[in-house]
This record gives sequence, C-alpha cells and structure tokens, in this order.
Amino acid sequence: MSAADNIGTYTEIDIPKDLTLPKLLISQCRKFGSHKVAMREKEFGIWRPVSWSQYLENVKYICLGLVSLGLERGDKAIMIGDNRPEALWTEMAAMCGGGVGVWLFQDCLMDEVQYIVDHSDAKFYIAEGQEEVDKALAIRDNCPKLQKIVWDDPKGLRHYDDPMLISLDEVMNLGRDLERKDPELFQRLVDQGQGDDVCLLFYTSGTTAKPKGALLTHYNMLTMGRNLMRVDPCTPQDDFVSYLPFAWIGEQMMSISCGLQVGFTLNFPEEPETAQANVREIGPHVMFAPPRLYEQYTREVQVKHLDATWLKRSVFNLAMQIGYAVAERKFSKKPVGWHWKLLWALADAGSYSKIRDHLGLSRVRHAYTGGAAMGPDHFRFFHAIGVNLKQIYGQTEIAGISVVHRDDDIKFDTVGTPIPETEVRITESGEIISKSPSVFLGYYKMEEETQKTLKDGWLHSGDTGFIDEDSHLVVFDRTKDIMILSDGSKSSPQFLESRLKFRPYLKDALVIGHEKPHVTAIVCIDYKTVGKWAEDHGINYTSYPELSQLPQVYELVSKPIMEVNRTLPEPAKIRRFANLYKEFDADDDELTRTRKIRRAFVENRYKEIIDALYSGQEELHMETTITYEDGRVAEIRQDIRLMNVRADGGK
Amino acid sequence: MSEPILEVKNVFLSFHGVAALTNVSFHVTRGEIFSIIGPNGAGKTCMMNCVNGLYHPQRGSILFNGSDITNLSPHRRAALGISRTFQKIELFGGMTVLDNIRLGRHMHMRSGIVSSSIYWGKTKREETDHRKFIEEEIIDLLEIEAIRHEVCGMLPYGLQKRIELARALALQPEMVLLDEPLAGLNLEEVEDMARFIIDLNEDPRWKVTCVLVEHDMGVVMDLSDRVMTLNFGVKIAEGTPQEVQENPEVIKAYLGEVEDLYVSRR
Repeated sequence: MSAADNIGTYTEIDIPKDLTLPKLLISQCRKFGSHKVAMREKEFGIWRPVSWSQYLENVKYICLGLVSLGLERGDKAIMIGDNRPEALWTEMAAMCGGGVGVWLFQDCLMDEVQYIVDHSDAKFYIAEGQEEVDKALAIRDNCPKLQKIVWDDPKGLRHYDDPMLISLDEVMNLGRDLERKDPELFQRLVDQGQGDDVCLLFYTSGTTAKPKGALLTHYNMLTMGRNLMRVDPCTPQDDFVSYLPFAWIGEQMMSISCGLQVGFTLNFPEEPETAQANVREIGPHVMFAPPRLYEQYTREVQVKHLDATWLKRSVFNLAMQIGYAVAERKFSKKPVGWHWKLLWALADAGSYSKIRDHLGLSRVRHAYTGGAAMGPDHFRFFHAIGVNLKQIYGQTEIAGISVVHRDDDIKFDTVGTPIPETEVRITESGEIISKSPSVFLGYYKMEEETQKTLKDGWLHSGDTGFIDEDSHLVVFDRTKDIMILSDGSKSSPQFLESRLKFRPYLKDALVIGHEKPHVTAIVCIDYKTVGKWAEDHGINYTSYPELSQLPQVYELVSKPIMEVNRTLPEPAKIRRFANLYKEFDADDDELTRTRKIRRAFVENRYKEIIDALYSGQEELHMETTITYEDGRVAEIRQDIRLMNVRADGGK
Repeated sequence: MSEPILEVKNVFLSFHGVAALTNVSFHVTRGEIFSIIGPNGAGKTCMMNCVNGLYHPQRGSILFNGSDITNLSPHRRAALGISRTFQKIELFGGMTVLDNIRLGRHMHMRSGIVSSSIYWGKTKREETDHRKFIEEEIIDLLEIEAIRHEVCGMLPYGLQKRIELARALALQPEMVLLDEPLAGLNLEEVEDMARFIIDLNEDPRWKVTCVLVEHDMGVVMDLSDRVMTLNFGVKIAEGTPQEVQENPEVIKAYLGEVEDLYVSRR
C-alpha cells in the first residue's frame, strides 16, 4: 500500500556523494516495479510500453554483455542513433559497468565521427542500424582503440559479417550467460560506482573550433536535475516525449537527470518524420527544445493562417489581439481583470485550444527553450495562446541549465533567475560566470581549455550579459560576437537575427555590423512559405537559388526588415541585405549540430557577399561549393542581388 | 533453387493483326530477379499482362508452379500468388495509404460478410493478424510510417509508387510483377526502391520471386539474375546481364538500325 502511495508523488531524493545514476535506477525500479511504464516507443503503429522492471532487466543484460566483451571502469562507449529505448538502455548499461557514455549526433559527418571516436578513446561504438554501422566501419582503421561495434536494427545488415560487429541481442545473450555464472556481478559493479565518477563525456557543439569533450559526473547530473525539479516539479504521472538528439545536453537533462529522479514516462516516436504527430498523440506535460522548434511552430501557425478562409483568419486575429493583451499584462505583472479573463476564455475555446492541440502542446505545463536566443515575438506568441514558455540558460559544462524563468515572473528579454544551489555573477569584463554542484570536471585531454573555462570552481561561459533590477540574468550574446556599431554602442547580432526569424518568410539570418558604417544582413528565405507565396502570386521558379534571387522575393523580404527596423535605434537599423542562394546547413559547417550559427566561419565563407554589401554594388557573381551528407561536393555558381532597405518603412 | 516458378511457352498475342508478342518462351526460376527489357513498344507490358491475366494470349501456354494458368482470370491468379504493380499508378486516390494496402490483403480474408458484420472472436483475431502483418512486414519494410494515414492522391509520385508495391506485397505473393517501378523517380527514390526490391527478394521472411520490367539499365543490370530482351514482340536474347549486354542483337535494338528491323518484319 505504501509503495502505491510512493508511485503517485514525487519526493525529492537525497543525493549523497556515493549516489550514481545506476544506483538511482535500481532504487527507482524497486519503487515502481512492473506496474509503472518507464518508457514507451511507438513501433508498428502501436505505443509499446516498457515497465521499470523490464527497463532494469534490459540494462542489466546489456551491461553484463558489454562487460564480457571487455568493458572496464572508465571505458568510453560511443552511442549514435535515433531516440529509442535501446539508446537509453545502452547508455545506462555503460554507466552501470563503470563506463562513460559519449553521444554523437546522428547526422555527424565522417570526419566529425572519426575525431570524436578517436579523441574519446572509445572502446565500443553502439550504433542503431546500417547507416551508423557504415560510418563506424569507414573510420575504424583510424581509430585503433575501437574494439566492438554493436547494432540493434537489423535492417540492411543481412550481409554484414565483420567480426567486429555484434548485435544487441547477442550482447544481451552474453550478459545472460555471465549472469548465470555470477548472479551478483551486476550489483557489485553498480555498487563500485561513486558520485564523482565521470558518467558522460559530452562533446560541445563548438561554434568556433573543434568540439571539446566536457566530463560530467553522476553528481553533476543528479544535482542539476534535482535543482530544476525544485523550481518546476514534475510528477511520475507526467509524460515527456524524447525526440531531440541525445547528443544535446537538454535531452539528457530531461531524460536522465530529471526523468530518472521523478520517474515520469519517456515516449519515443516511431520515426523522426512522425515525431510531430507522435508528440500530438502523447500531449507531453513538459518539454524542452531549442528555439528552432518553437520558431518552426510559429511559422507553421502563420502559414496555416495565411492559407485559412476569411472567417477563420478573422477569428484568429481577434483571438490573438486578446491573447497579446493578456500576455502583455502578465509580463508587466499587472493584474488581469475578470473581463480580460472572460475574453481570454472565449478566445481559448475558439482558437488557442485548437492551436495548442495541433502543436501537441495541449497538456504542456512547462515548455522550456534554451541553447540559443529566442526573439521576444515568439515569447509573446506562445504566452498569448496560453503556453507557459520559459527561457532556460545554461551550458553543457554545467550539466544543462543554471538559470530559468519562474512561473509568473517571465520577462522575455531575460533568461530568468538561477536555480537553487547555483550562483551567477558577472565579471568586470561583463562575462557571465556561474558556480554550482553541477559544474563539470574539465575538458577531456584539453588541460589548457579547462583552465580557461574553469577558474576557482567558477564556470566562465564566454557569454556577455548583466543582471537586471529584478535580479534576472540578461544574456546579451557570445562575448566575441558582440558588435560595436558606428556610434560606438554595443549591439547583439543574435538579438536582431531572432527578431528577423519571427517573420514567416525568413528562416535564418546573419547580421553583420561590427565596426562597420552600418548594419547589414544575409538572409535565408523559408523555402516552403516563400515558395507557397510565389505560387499564390503566379511567380515561376524551379529551385531555392532561383526563388531567392527573384526581385519580387526581395521586395517580400524587405518588408519585414523594415518592420523590424522601425523598432530599432538608428545605428542598429539594417540598411542593406542580400538573399542567400541556400539555407545555412550543419553539413557545410555553417551551423552547429544544435543549429546555432557559427558566426566566424559563416562570415568568412560569405566574405565576398559581405564586402559587396558595403560596396554599393547592385549584383555579385559567386562561386562556391556545398557538401552533401555522404561527403560529395558540388559547385554552385550564382549571381546575388544586393538590396537597400528603404528608410521610410511606412508608419 | 532451380525449379521454375513460371513457364511461358510459345505465347502469341495480337490485337487486330498487330502482333504484340510472337512465339515468346521463357521461364522464371524460383527466387530470382528476372528482368524483361526492350525498346518502347517491344511488348514488355503485354507480357506482364499475359502472366497476370489481364490479356489472354491467342496461342501458347503459361504455367505457374507447374499448373496451367493460361485461361484463369486475374483474381484466380492472384489467389495462386501472383501480384503486380502498374506502370501507371493504379491506386485508389481517395483512400488512405493504409486502406489501399489493406485492400491488397482482401484475398486473405477468410471471414464472410455475416461474421465480419458481427466482428467478434475469430473474425476479430483474423483482422488483428492482418493488421499486424501489414504493420510489421510491409510498412516497416517500405518505411512509410509517416504517411500511413495520408490520402494517396495527395502524395508525391515517388511515394505513390511505393504504395503500389506495398499493396502488391499485402497479397503475400510468391511472385511479383513489377512494371517499371523506377519510372519517374528521382535518384534517391530509385536507390530506395532498388533496395526494397533486393530486400523482398533476399529477406528470408519474403523470398519473393521478382519479374521486373524496367528501362533503367543500370539498376536492371545490377539487380537481375537473368535478363530477357524483347523487340517488336520477339525475344531476341536471354541470359545473365553480362551476356545480354554483349549480345549484338540487343545492341542493335537499342542503338539503331531501326529501319532494317522494320524491313525484316514485313
């Protein structure tokens, strides 16, 4: 009876120094047993549950299997693949055996895979299917420490008989054999673990240089999860959909740090393409995603809105006016009168609840965004439709997050206040530094970098910011990205870019203006929305490059820029822009795998365009190369228009 | 492996004096990928239609698994284990992907109209089994999870081709006739489709014999165990891809001297 009571509520756990994630897993499995669903995966069209006891069972056999294949304490295991239960099992299994998990983004190119496999000294490479196995086989000659490649999806692997390959089923069978010989081994292995042991080696996306491997301990991960849960507690009944890459710290933070402590159910989508539909089916209570995702949501709504009938558009417009007004009152902490509440309820019934449902946000209690800056317009939009969207700020090096908005204390130009046990300060040079039990040990095999980042236990973020009058942290931008404008004032390109990205026709932008006479931008149009607009207006095009260079599209793009300009001080106004002939792409190193822009690289790559933007030219002829995911390289020749933004910009 | 699954003997087919197939004989061995190639109008699709039962040849006989099927109607042949896809997509455009595939499964439904209306016990179990088969064997194999509830007519061409194949597979055929499965697909879709064909030919759960009509020579030569070439309804070559490629008649048929051929036919 008492056990059943425990299942229902979340009680904060104690984190003594010897607690590890595997030990917590075992105690949670004892608590929840076979009655509670630990995770679900949609497979063959049906959500298939895995109970906590099955979860532990699988982790145990995989762990023992890896041990019989030679896993020793401190060994690294690379993991690559979609989000699926097996991914989490192998990660936990590696940790149970004292190993260290290293996650790779699934779309990593060959040389990135090779760099990380080699640099991390990985012994195991745990892949999902053929694609990932192929990558491993291609690089293994250059990674002599690699011993075994494990896979779990047999599709396409029929003829693979390389002795280095082994299926996850076989690994589990080895585990079962070992357990028969030594039934206590698993428990002994787990007991050996200590809180200060490294559990994850996390390669940061690196907007500047080669990825750096941050060493995170069990204690780091556990305290981070606990402190976030102190701010926004979840319950074991909650649902969470895990579909963002595990190689992103945010996903680890929710699935492992918080998920394991609270015991909420993780849901894995059927395929990456079905994720959006699957999220809607589950209706998660909590979600954490980078701004990209929310930007995509708003764009979807905006596009559907453009497409809708007159009546629907009018209802939506009216509802949004109410929503924005109410959200504005909440932001400024003014009381929301009863008549506003009534209007909001009506608008909710008529419009917002449907939008939330379609976006899969109908049950969401806390929606977090983090990892990059998000524009205030997006914030207003989500609060207007009744989604409690909050900003999170943190780094991989602090095991995820350190600062978050509190409910009812949301300021969209800030990232909130520090979570418990976390101190955030600003150095004299304006850099944000933080200290908490979750601060990492250092970078793997990079002593110098570690010393630069970690000074007296303070984590130096490389971000510039300040703390405002409500003791909220304001993150201005990466220190090295800050632009000094013509009048000597400082400005954040990220801020301007996020303002531009709220407009439905613009997908990405690079704003330039550091020590330049005025601010300019390189813009990537959104192929889908602009394509549709062109179709509706009877404009012909065959491809992205062609569409992007049409004069009509330039007119279309210049309007939102003028609108943004209206809200900006004179020196920060965007004076000139060019549409790029392609979207920024992580395969071309223009974005990191978490889709942050690699500013220095991009500015260098499109130097010609930038020079032309400041030269007064009307058109520029360009030749450049693009890289496909399989490594092929193609050459593009392109003429690019350059356009001045009119100063008037209407009212 | 070497027993023939399909034997075609001296087939003649003509439409009002136009000879579409003239004395064509060949056999398809169980478990192989057999391709029929030839210039446009060579009679490839006619041959498919004869095997499938849409056309009935005037002379000659067709044997499937040793029994004569020359005069059987198409649905009887389907029941024996012959299914096909069409060069021009023949899906039900207004139905969902899943419904189209289920339709291909109809042949295997054992329950009658009364028990299906009551839908209880055995009938319900049967339905569950069919759904399981469709989900686990077909949708998973062809990677169409994301579109299973979409209406077919709204899908891009490449995906419709894939659904055609899915529906043909729902029949759980012993032999599948693929009529230009790659026509109109882009490079990536061609690679996917070629892989699906290999999968269903080699995968121990399927082991389907494939008869392929295709113009994409690269794919034909890569996939096929044996190739037959038709030209103006006459078989001009048969053999391994290598042999057929080197056959002077085939080269001639593809590369020219068309006028000579016209003359010789008169």
